[in-house]
This record gives sequence, structure tokens and C-alpha cells, in this order.
Amino acid sequence: MNNISTDVDNAVTVRNVCKNYDNVEALRDLSLEFPRGQLTSILGPSGCGKTTLLKIIAGLLKPTSGEILVNNKPVTGPGPDRAFVFQDFALLPWATVLRNVAFGLELRGVAKSEREAIAEKYIKDVGLTDFEHSYPHELSGGMRQRVGLARALSVDAQVLLMDEPFSAVDEQTRRKFQEDLLDLVKNENKTFLFVTHSIEEAVYVSDQIAILLPRPSRVSEIIRPSGFREKEALNIRRDPEYLDIVDRIWASLRTYVE
Amino acid sequence: MKVFGYRLPGMSSLLLWALLWEIVGQMELTFFLPPLSAIFVTLMEIGTTKVFIKALQETGHAFFVGTFFAIVIGVPVGIMMGKNRLIDEILLPWVNMFLSAPLTALVPVLMVLFGFGLKSIIITTTLFAIWIIVLNSRAGVLQINRSLVEMALSFGASPKDAFFKIYFWAALPEILGGVRIGFIRAVKGVIIGQLLISVVGFGALFELYSSNFLMKHFWAVLIVLFTISFIIAECLAWLERRVSYYAAQR
Ligand SMILES: Nc1ncnc2c1ncn2[C@@H]1O[C@H](COP(=O)(O)OP(=O)(O)OP(=O)(O)O)[C@@H](O)[C@H]1O
Ligand SMILES: [Mg+2]
Repeated sequence: MNNISTDVDNAVTVRNVCKNYDNVEALRDLSLEFPRGQLTSILGPSGCGKTTLLKIIAGLLKPTSGEILVNNKPVTGPGPDRAFVFQDFALLPWATVLRNVAFGLELRGVAKSEREAIAEKYIKDVGLTDFEHSYPHELSGGMRQRVGLARALSVDAQVLLMDEPFSAVDEQTRRKFQEDLLDLVKNENKTFLFVTHSIEEAVYVSDQIAILLPRPSRVSEIIRPSGFREKEALNIRRDPEYLDIVDRIWASLRTYVE
Repeated sequence: MKVFGYRLPGMSSLLLWALLWEIVGQMELTFFLPPLSAIFVTLMEIGTTKVFIKALQETGHAFFVGTFFAIVIGVPVGIMMGKNRLIDEILLPWVNMFLSAPLTALVPVLMVLFGFGLKSIIITTTLFAIWIIVLNSRAGVLQINRSLVEMALSFGASPKDAFFKIYFWAALPEILGGVRIGFIRAVKGVIIGQLLISVVGFGALFELYSSNFLMKHFWAVLIVLFTISFIIAECLAWLERRVSYYAAQR
């Protein structure tokens, strides 16, 4: 059905999407495909419409024209096949870690004992055991984003939408998160859409990097690192291909940064 | 407050004022201000009489029914205004107008519309309390972090879920602040209602005592009223502090 790539199985397809806010043209005729089971980064200058694109895919915003397909079905609103991880965590400050992680399931009507059992498993997975009954204001930024991640994982959506999830945590935690993310992509059979400002981060974690141009945005380039994906996490940053790609992306983006 | 290095419990300054009152009262400067001790003696005397208990019941009844409606109507209306631009633009001018309007002037109209009974008094009470509750609930919703709402929607929240699980809780600190001020205004409303509409409850006692120059009785009832509204306000302030841990970061 899709004449561009019949051989690749795409979890998400963005077709000719335009988005105008009142008189700001954020996205113009943007098309992009997200292969299943892979992590695709969306990289671009500030204000180019990365968040807008992600929210359209999430079904939180309507495109002015064009369509989004998730598992070959058009998106009309939010759905259980997608889960969002927010840049500012978006945790309920009046609820404990346990309730926050289980909140996605709570909204989907899963019974309390069942959803708490699921939540506890993911709280353990992200390393927050013993903090189940803490409140968000008692946690560090890194721990809060772990809660946000556990919440998104516990609804078991096939597609994870992450909007600069690591930008509000410190550098060391961020590196740990990036390594954890690589494991996650390898072990969970999920599709990751990952918005970031950091070129190094994008190259480090991605199977595919989509570079957007400034408003009105289209995809200017798609880069698929191939050589170092299979390497040990610790060696990636020394790989010549890694360094090459980082340089190449910076070369094409630097003209847009004032 | 600290005196000679000792930490005095809150409200200690009240004792000082009470002492001053007692002294001025004992000096018999004016009939208007009897000694505080005499007022308390009077309070003990009338506190157990049928007339007083009946007045307390009538006032309490009108007060609680009035504030109940103010909260049950005011909170959802305020939340709706915060959520919806159109509703906000239609209602906001009216809410602002009523908040600062001299509501006492409206009481005669209420009497014409709703008669000379309890109903009018309750409506007066509600009218005094509701506007600040609406405005505060609205303000509470307006400061909600957008991404909390988007989070709920992205996980498939129905409008009802969003209302009860996000908007209400996120606005709760402001809502409680509004309810606290609303209660204080309702005390004013219920007494004005009882004075102007039908002379019942504490309003009737005030009328009776002041027109007969029974100042001790007059002050005794006033002190009871002050104490009750003070306790209610403090309870609500306590509730407010319970949610303040998240008020700073929503
Ligand atoms: N609700 C809105 N109303 C009007 N304009 C908006 C709105 N949201 C975003 N925009 C505009 O659309 C453009 C794209 O915004 P968006 O937030 O998607 O960019 P972004 O790539 O995520 O930026 P950043 O990297 O800074 O997060 C910006 O120029 C912004 O000013
Ligand atoms: Mg953004």
C-alpha cells in the first residue's frame, strides 16, 4: 500500500502533514516513517516544530492537513497504542510514585490490585524500589523522569513518544539514561520516537536520525548509523562513524543556529 | 511572638487585648463597653437558654445550607470558567461585578422574589460566599500545568476523569483558599439576611439586645459568632496547609 517502502514494516507513518498555529506555519508537508522496533530521533533547531510533530502523532493536536498512520490505521486522537514521556515529567504532585506509575492504567480502567502489581514491576525495573510511597517533590529530577518512564512503559504501548525526556536531568544521570535506553530498545519490542536537542545523544541512541529544518519544517535528511549499533555501549563514543556523523549533523545544522 | 526569650503560643496577643478591654470596661467609661468578665458571665447565663440555642440552630442551618450551595455551585462553575474560554468570557464580568457589588442592596429584591423566610436568608448567604469561590477555583485551574492535562489525555482520560482526577486536585489549594474566604463572607451574609429579611436567629438577638441597650448580651452573642467563624476559618486554613506541599510545584 505504501509505495515508498514496501519492504520495511513501519509502526508510524507521517504523510504530508502541515500544521499552522494562527499565523505561524510550524510544519509544511512533512513526511516521515518510523520503522517498527527501532529508535528514531528527531533533531532540529529550537522552535522548528519537533514537539508539535510529536503531539500530532500522539493525537493531542490535529494536523491542519495530512495524516498519521499508526500500525496502518489513521490517528484520530490519543490511543492505547502510544504512550508519551514528557520533558517536564508531568507527574501528579499529589500522588505517590506508585499511583503515578499506575495512573495510565487507572485511566484505562484496570482494577487497582492489578494495576499496582504491574506498576511495582516497572518501578523495580527503573530502579525506584523503596520509593513507591514517596511523592514527586521528594525525588530528584532524574528519579522523577524514571517515574515518567515507568508510567509510559506500564501501559505497554507499542510506540513510545519521548519529548526531550532527558533534558531536565543532570549530565551523569543523562548518560546512564542513554545507556538504559539502548537496553530498552534492544529488549522491549517497541518503537521509540525520541526528540532531542543534543546531536551526540541522537547519534548515540538512534537507529535512524531525522533532521528537521527551521520553520516551516520538513525533513531535510535521514541518517542511519550502521556500523556501531551492535557495539558495546561504552565503545560507541569512540567509534569513527559515530564521530563522523556527529560532525556531519553539526555541519548541516550550524547555519541555523545564531 | 517572643518575650524575654520565651516563645509564646500563637494568639497570645489576644490575651493582651482582652486585658485592655477588661481594664477599660472596669473604668466604666462608656455603657457601650462593659468589662469582658461581665460579658462572659452573661454568656454563661444566656448560653443555655432556649432562645439562644434556637438562634444558634437557625443561624447554623442557614449558614451551612448557604455555604453548601456556594461550594457545590461555585467550585464547578469556577473550574468550567478556567477550562473554557467561551464560558469564561460570558461569566467573568458578572462574577467580578457581584464580587465587589454592595450585595446588601440586593436583599430587598430577594425578598420580593423569594419571600420573607429562610429561603431568602440562605440565598443571601450563598450570594455573599459564592463569588470568591468561583474566582479562586478559576484561578486555580488557570495555573494548571498544561502538560498534566495533556498527560491525562494522552493516556485516554475521559472529560470526567480529567475533571475529577486532574483539574479538581490541581486547583485544590486555590479552591480551599476561596472556600475559606467564602465562609467568612457567609457569616456576614447570614447575619445581614437575618437582620433585613426576617428577624430570626442571631440577627433577632442582635436586634433585641441593641435596641434595649443590653450591651453585655450584645457582646456575648458577637463573641460567640466571632469564635465560631474563627474556628471554621482555622480548620480550612489547616486543610490548606495539608495540600500546600504540592501547591508550589504543579
Ligand atoms: N500553541 C501554540 N500557538 C502558537 N504557536 C505555537 C504554539 N505552539 C507552538 N507554536 C509555535 O510553533 C513553532 C514550533 O513549536 P514547537 O514547540 O513544536 O517547537 P520545538 O521544535 O519543540 O522547539 P523546542 O526545541 O524549543 O522545544 C514555534 O515557533 C512556536 O512558536
Ligand atoms: Mg519542544
